[in-house]
Amino acid sequence: MDSILSLAAQNLISPIILFFVLGFAAAFARSDLSVPEAVAKGMSLYLLFAIGFKGGASVAAHGIDETLILSILAGVVLSFVLPFIAMALLRVMTGLSAVDAAAVAAHYGSISIVTFVAASSVLSTAGLMSEGYMVAVAAAMEAPAILAALWLVARADAKSGQGGGMDAGLLREILLNGSIVLLIGSFIIGGITGQEGLDKIASFIVSPFQGVLCLFLLDMGLVAGRGLRDARHLLKPGLFAFGVLMPLVGSLLGLGAGLTLGLSTGGVMLMMTLSASASYIAVPAAMRVALPEANPSIYLTLSLGITFPFNLTLGIPIYLAIARAITGG
Amino acid sequence: MEMHKAKRVEITIEAVMETRLTEALIKAGVTGFTILPVLAGSGRSGQWSREGQVSRAGGMINVVCIIRPERLDALLTAAFAVVERHIGVVSVTDCEVLRAERF
Repeated sequence: MDSILSLAAQNLISPIILFFVLGFAAAFARSDLSVPEAVAKGMSLYLLFAIGFKGGASVAAHGIDETLILSILAGVVLSFVLPFIAMALLRVMTGLSAVDAAAVAAHYGSISIVTFVAASSVLSTAGLMSEGYMVAVAAAMEAPAILAALWLVARADAKSGQGGGMDAGLLREILLNGSIVLLIGSFIIGGITGQEGLDKIASFIVSPFQGVLCLFLLDMGLVAGRGLRDARHLLKPGLFAFGVLMPLVGSLLGLGAGLTLGLSTGGVMLMMTLSASASYIAVPAAMRVALPEANPSIYLTLSLGITFPFNLTLGIPIYLAIARAITGG
Repeated sequence: MEMHKAKRVEITIEAVMETRLTEALIKAGVTGFTILPVLAGSGRSGQWSREGQVSRAGGMINVVCIIRPERLDALLTAAFAVVERHIGVVSVTDCEVLRAERF
């Protein structure tokens, strides 16, 4: 317990968290501080490119084994199963309709790539390595949750005419969304070019990484703070409790998967983080198309205003401490 | 100068629906339209602003089409099939254009 608290305290005073808190506080104080949309988009592209490339280079250095395929499969299964657990918890803890609950559940099966990037950064600060292919696991966990949520709605509300629609266009948009293409593309290029390729662009993707992440998290703090400020009236105690409980439940499933696969301490911690995080980019867009009747304020406020800050400040140190304690890393 | 009667259809809809809407319009024979970003607004769900939206899911766009009156029904039928379940506004106003052959 002491190590969890000490790690949490250490994490809370790291620059990335403090910049996030600054953005969050500025939004609540109604400051006019803002990061231009194009700059935020550019930083997000940079982070995806850097994390994908470094993951690919790491796989090139350590080689490909069957654990890579099994880890990706485990990610797909987790992403598909988590919405069912989230749906059950939501029906017990909140009074959400089936459509709203399914839309929220989809967010919790999918992942937040920014949380993954922050967790990778914490790992690196702690001097721990992880399997480079966890980047591919992250990409594989984006979509299955959406299919699970649509199935949940179809089952719960078959006769109401509110069932979600998944067509070929939506499937293509989900699987080929810009973030996934850049992440996997950089991962493959990193894998092909290996350490030599990484050395050539290290001055661009290694040294400035933490600084860009700080600025990006400042923007995320502003966005999360504004979202929470504007929609806090929606946050009933049950919903708030779900936003904190669900990541912990997800992380335990991720822990089980990571240990079963025999991942390293860093790999287990990243699997826990992925299972604990909730999407707020890819899934909201898919939900607006497939389940327009679901209230976007509920799922965005929960995933971005509650679960994202929780994971960033307390969740990640907790997952790291548990992974360390169990794997002995 | 001779002016010709036309209809101006303005559709405000979620940005994620842009491709679906424009594809439906083109399929219905409406090949001329203009798409504008929406900065902010207020409606049944309260106030809304583009600032602070983390993804395209929260954005809105405005699609403006100017067409001959006899093509209005085809356009509205095509547009309605896309916008029916979504947040947004469809409005039609009378207008006049200079070069009728372009619409």
